[in-house]
Order: sequence, then structure tokens, then C-alpha cells
Amino acid sequence: MLNHLRPALVLLIALTAITGLAYPLAMTGIAGVVFPAKAAGSLIERDGKVVGSSLIGQSFTSDRYFQGRPSATSAADPADATKTVPSPYNAANSSGSNLGPTSAALAERVKADVATRQTENPGQPVPVDLVTASGSGLDPDVSPDAALFQVPRVAKARNLSVDQVRSLVDSQVQGRLLGILGEPRVNVLALNLALDGLGSK
Amino acid sequence: MTINGWIQIALFCAVIIALARPLGGYMTRVFTGERTVLSPVLAPVERGLYRVAGIDAAQEQHWLAYALSMLAFHVLGFLTLYALLRFQAVLPLNPDGQAAVAPDLAFNTSTSFVTNTNWQSYGGETTMSYLTQMLGLTHQNFLSAATGIALAVALVRGFSRASAGTVGSFWVDLTRSTLYVLLPLCMALTLFYVWQGIPQTLGGAVEATTLEGAKQTIAVGPVASQVAIKMLGTNGGGFFNVNAAHPFENPTALSNFVQILSIFAIGAAMTNVFGRMVGDERQGWAILSAMGVLFLAGVSVVYWAESAGSPVLNGLGLTGGNMEGKEVRFGIVASALFAAVTTAASCGAVNAMHDSFTALGGMIPMINMQLGEIIVGGVGAGLYGILVFVIVTIFVAGLMVGRTPEYLGKKIEGREVKMAVLAILCLPLMMLGFTALATVIAAGLAGPANAGPHGFSEILYAFTSAAANNGSAFGGLTANTAFYNTTLGLGMLFGRFFVIVPALAIAGSLAAKKTVPTSAGTFPTHGGLFVGLLVGVILIVGGLTFFPALALGPIVEHLAGGLGQTFAVGG
Repeated sequence: MLNHLRPALVLLIALTAITGLAYPLAMTGIAGVVFPAKAAGSLIERDGKVVGSSLIGQSFTSDRYFQGRPSATSAADPADATKTVPSPYNAANSSGSNLGPTSAALAERVKADVATRQTENPGQPVPVDLVTASGSGLDPDVSPDAALFQVPRVAKARNLSVDQVRSLVDSQVQGRLLGILGEPRVNVLALNLALDGLGSK
Repeated sequence: MTINGWIQIALFCAVIIALARPLGGYMTRVFTGERTVLSPVLAPVERGLYRVAGIDAAQEQHWLAYALSMLAFHVLGFLTLYALLRFQAVLPLNPDGQAAVAPDLAFNTSTSFVTNTNWQSYGGETTMSYLTQMLGLTHQNFLSAATGIALAVALVRGFSRASAGTVGSFWVDLTRSTLYVLLPLCMALTLFYVWQGIPQTLGGAVEATTLEGAKQTIAVGPVASQVAIKMLGTNGGGFFNVNAAHPFENPTALSNFVQILSIFAIGAAMTNVFGRMVGDERQGWAILSAMGVLFLAGVSVVYWAESAGSPVLNGLGLTGGNMEGKEVRFGIVASALFAAVTTAASCGAVNAMHDSFTALGGMIPMINMQLGEIIVGGVGAGLYGILVFVIVTIFVAGLMVGRTPEYLGKKIEGREVKMAVLAILCLPLMMLGFTALATVIAAGLAGPANAGPHGFSEILYAFTSAAANNGSAFGGLTANTAFYNTTLGLGMLFGRFFVIVPALAIAGSLAAKKTVPTSAGTFPTHGGLFVGLLVGVILIVGGLTFFPALALGPIVEHLAGGLGQTFAVGG
């Protein structure tokens, strides 16, 4: 066994240094020079302040903003650290709901959300992504249908014409890569920033 | 299901097949010691390592010595990682002030990463310091993957050699897999991923003020370098809790496509390495075909089930498939494809929450793992896993015609078949045995978050994933408890080493045999008949064992859901 130990020890230390330190540190250095903004997390600044990351969804509750998907993330309860409380779009603790297809809790949550959404746009079918929690709890996108569904509400809250808001949504739709990969989507934060830009003109 | 969906799946398969031959050719040159394009840079580093470690690169090992070297290396790796986890609070590169990891979680996590499982009982961004992520986890991702490749190459040498006493040098195979195969590919992939938006920084979490004025703390870190190896090495351990569903681990449709390609790339190429080393590439293609048949069947079912959606939610007026737990940028098809790929290979990264898949959509990932992850499989592990099934197939074929079976000129005899059966039996014992235990004791029953059959599926999935060294989860299960950390850790250890050691024994036994010339009575192993027989044996031997357990979980849930029945916790 002893004749296995020296190579084991030396290779472990050497390969640890190469793959565990040199590799990630060199990559951090190179990435920071070549793609500095992306390496730091694609942060968005407005008036000199960080307002979020273009890749990370954030919670919107106001009628004046387009809203993202339900988020199942949680945070430690300030009153009792051993418990957690719901904290949508907590980007320090990603999580899905992990509710299964026959979960009564899931069925009740979706039923309530569908009912709420129907009041804002009666008669229209509610897009599925608007009432289902994303895998990460941080999904930055909604489907084009889910954005268009919210147009009447946002237009009313901002005293803008429906056509004006609708064309803003259309301009924010990102299609499939090369027409093949992924799904069409709208980045909610980018859309809302554009919406704020529209209002200030 | 849409035409575009099938095009995405077909495109994926086409690229994997196109990559198998060039990558296989390169890896063959690496493991037969020939010069490669990277030799001018890497050969001096390699020689330096051998000199310091006292390794004679020309000195090959008997299979037992090979196994002992492998085990010694793993024991040291385990101890180092365990110590790192326990002491991370007082070590540097901990900007977010993560505390020391508890003993049972540290045991579970060390085992998990050393065995290439990457089961995560913890949430990365809330538990691990940057030093742990890099020095502990990233580095074990490389080494456990390199070990898998090394072992597969040793087994292939068993087939390709005649009357030989050795199967190669573990140290040389380990070093070459790391330096020539994994490291260069990961460096290129890391930069690609950063270009797509994955962070790579040592700065701590960012404080943002949202448009509505709320505070949002955004966890970042050296993510891209870990994502590159966790996919390529089929490790799957994510930087963040939700793994590749997190927009920072998988920001775009393109990053997603490249990630699933890199999960399968080396495993598929290993079949070509096998073909080249035994002197007949058709043998490699035959094995890849059998894998392909099983893969396409699996991915079709997941895609169909997720597109159809859950009857309970569809009953509330939803259309467009099951989007609970999925990300909009991936949608149904890229989530279904990812789930099939990550469980067919022993990766275990996820880009959607498997726990929220439909009953049948979540059953296929379980079956993929229960078959022993031989559908392309983990890097190296997939090849030695399917070769074990090949031996059983050849044995069954021999029984049918009453002739001593042979494969690639080697007579397959009692010793090889015994070892193969030992390796195959280990998995059901771990998966079903521990599941049975967990369903009858309070500590086990405390785990599931969902009620009814889905709760049972959560337990079954956990032990299946651990023993198969996959690492994906039905995430609702509360696994960070002394009971689950310990039993899952044991499942991972047995699932890894009780397959590896018999596989090495087969390698040693085969290498020592003479090659018998092909005759008219030899069963050709590169044709459709062999592929069909292999698929049949895998499904019957590997699959039927699990049917009763699957009937209690996903199948009964599918039937109940179809009737609109739901299950409430405590109800």
C-alpha cells in the first residue's frame, strides 16, 4: 500500500493546485479582462446605482410594471432563524416549488393565481407560465403571450395607449436562436426599464 | 409536441454523433501515449509530475495494483475534501462568511464529489465558500471524472490485449485524462460560458435596489469554471442550489445546448475509443447504437409527457404543457431533453425541477438511472457499465446456441460473468434496499415534501440517484438530515466501488486470455441483431427489477392524476 501513497499524495496535491486553484483563478483573470461586465454578473446600473442583473428576475407587484412568473424562493424568517418565509426572487437562495403533479397545494395555488389573473384581463386564457413557478425562482423572462396578456393593465395604470405598450412588448421579444434553439421570450426587467424610459419622454 | 421541438432533439443527436469520431480519435492517441497537438505544451508538465511523484510512466500495473492505486487516491481525496468542508469558516476566499459544514453533511458531500455523484444535500450559494467551491468541488469534479475515464480505458485494454499481465498505469491514465482531455476543453468552455453571461468573479454577493425600491442580494462567484467541468465531467454539482436552472449557471438557449452536448460528448466518444483500441470501430458504433435506441425512447416519452402536461392543472384551464419548475428560455423541449440527457449520463445537473415533472415525465429519469447509467453514461463509467451488460448479453446468446460465448476474440467464461452479475446486482440492492428502509422508519418518512405516491417517488429517486452516482434529485425531499446524509452517502460509495472493482477484475481476467480467431460460429457483435439483443437484455435484466417500485410511485401517480385526484400533506 505504501508504494501507492507517494504517487497518490503528490498527484493529489499537484492536480489540486492545477485544477482547483490555477484553473479557476486563471479563468477569473482572463474572463475579467475579456468580458468584464458579464464576468461580474451582467449588472444593470441606472443613475449610477445597481438596479439588478439582466439575467436575474426581480419581484414586480405594482400594476405599473409587467410582472414575472411566480417565484418559490424563500428567506430565513427574521423572527425565527430556524424557519423560512416566502421571499420571491431571492437571488441569494434559488429554489423551485418542488410540488409534484398531484400536489393539492400546487392545484390550489394555480387555481387562485388563475382567478386573480382573469380579473385583470377577463375573457382571455391565462398563459401557463404566468401561473407556474419557475425552476430557479429567478426566471428573468416570461413568454410573449404572458407579456401581451398584461398590456391592458399596464397601459391603464400608466395612462398610455394599449397600442403603444403592445408595440413596446413586441420590440422586446427575443426569438429562438437561429430560429431553432430555445423558446421566444421577453426579459421582464428590460421591458420595465424600457417602459420607464417611455414614461419620462 | 412541435416540429421545432423534434428539430432541437435531432440537432442534438446529430452533433453528438459528429463529435464522437474526432474526439474518440484524439483520446485514443492520448491513452496509447502517442503525440498530440497539445504535447509540446503538456508533455514537459506531465514528465515533471511523474518525476516528483516517483512514477515510471512505462511501468504498467496488474489489475489489483491498478485498483489499489485508485482506492488510495480516493481515500486521500475524500479526507482532504472532508477537512476543507469542516474548516472553510477559518480559511480564505470566503467573502460571504459561510460557516463550517456539519459532520454528516461533510461526509455526504465528500462522498458525493469523490464518487462523481455530486448529490447536493446543501444549497451552494448558502453553504459553500468560494475556496470550497474551487479547491474542493471543482477539483474533485476533475479527478473523479478523470478516474472514470482511466478505469474505462483499463477495461478496454483488457479486451484489446492478449496474454497480458497488466492493464495500464492508473497514475498515467489519471494524469493524461486530466491534462490532455478535461483541462483544455474546460478552459475553452469556461470562456464560452462567460461570453454567454455566466459570472466568473471572486467578488462577494451584489446588493441591488430593484425598480420597485426593494433590496435584492444577488449571489455571484467563480461559476463558469465550475460549470464547464461539472458538465464535461458528468459530475453535475451546481454552484447554485437550483443548478443549471439558475440563470447564472445557464443563461441562454445556446449555453443550454452546449451544456447538454458537453454532458454526452466524452461518453459518446469513449465508444469510439473502444472501437479503435480493439481494432474495429464498428464495435464502438454498435454500442453507441444500443445507447441511442434507449436514449431516443426515453427522451420521446419525457417530451410527450411534459407537452401533454398535468391533468390536474389542465383541468384548471391551463394549456401549453407542464411549466411548473421550468424556465421560459428553455421551455418544454429543452427541459425534457436536458432531463433525459443528464440522467442517461451520470451527470445529475438539472435545468428544470424534476420533482415538478409529470408522473411519467419524472419516471423516465429514474429508469435511465436504474438501468445503471449505461446510456452514454458518466465519462468512462458509461462505457464500463455497458460493457458489463455486453458480457451478460454475450453469455445469454451463448446459452441460446449452446456454445462457449466469445467477444472480440476473448472467451467469456464463468469468472467474467460472475463479476458482471455482481456489478449489476449492486445497484438494485442499494436503490431498493435503502428505499424500503426509508419508507418504514420515521427518519425516512420525515423527508418527502409531497404527499401520496409522489412522496414515495421522492425517496425512490434519491436512492436511485445516489447509487447510480447521478446526483439529480426530486428536490422537495429534505435530504440534509443525519439519516439521509448517511444512507445516501453509503449508497454512493457502494454504487461506485462495487461496480468499479468487478469491472477491473474483468479487465485483468480478459487481458490475460489468449485471443481466439473468429470462426463461422462466432456471433457478430457489430450488427443489428447484437444491438437488439443488448437493448433487450438491458431492459429485462436492468429494468424489470424496478417495475414493482415504479408501479408504487410514478405509475400509480399517473393513474390518480388522470382521475383528477390530488394529495394534501397531512391529509
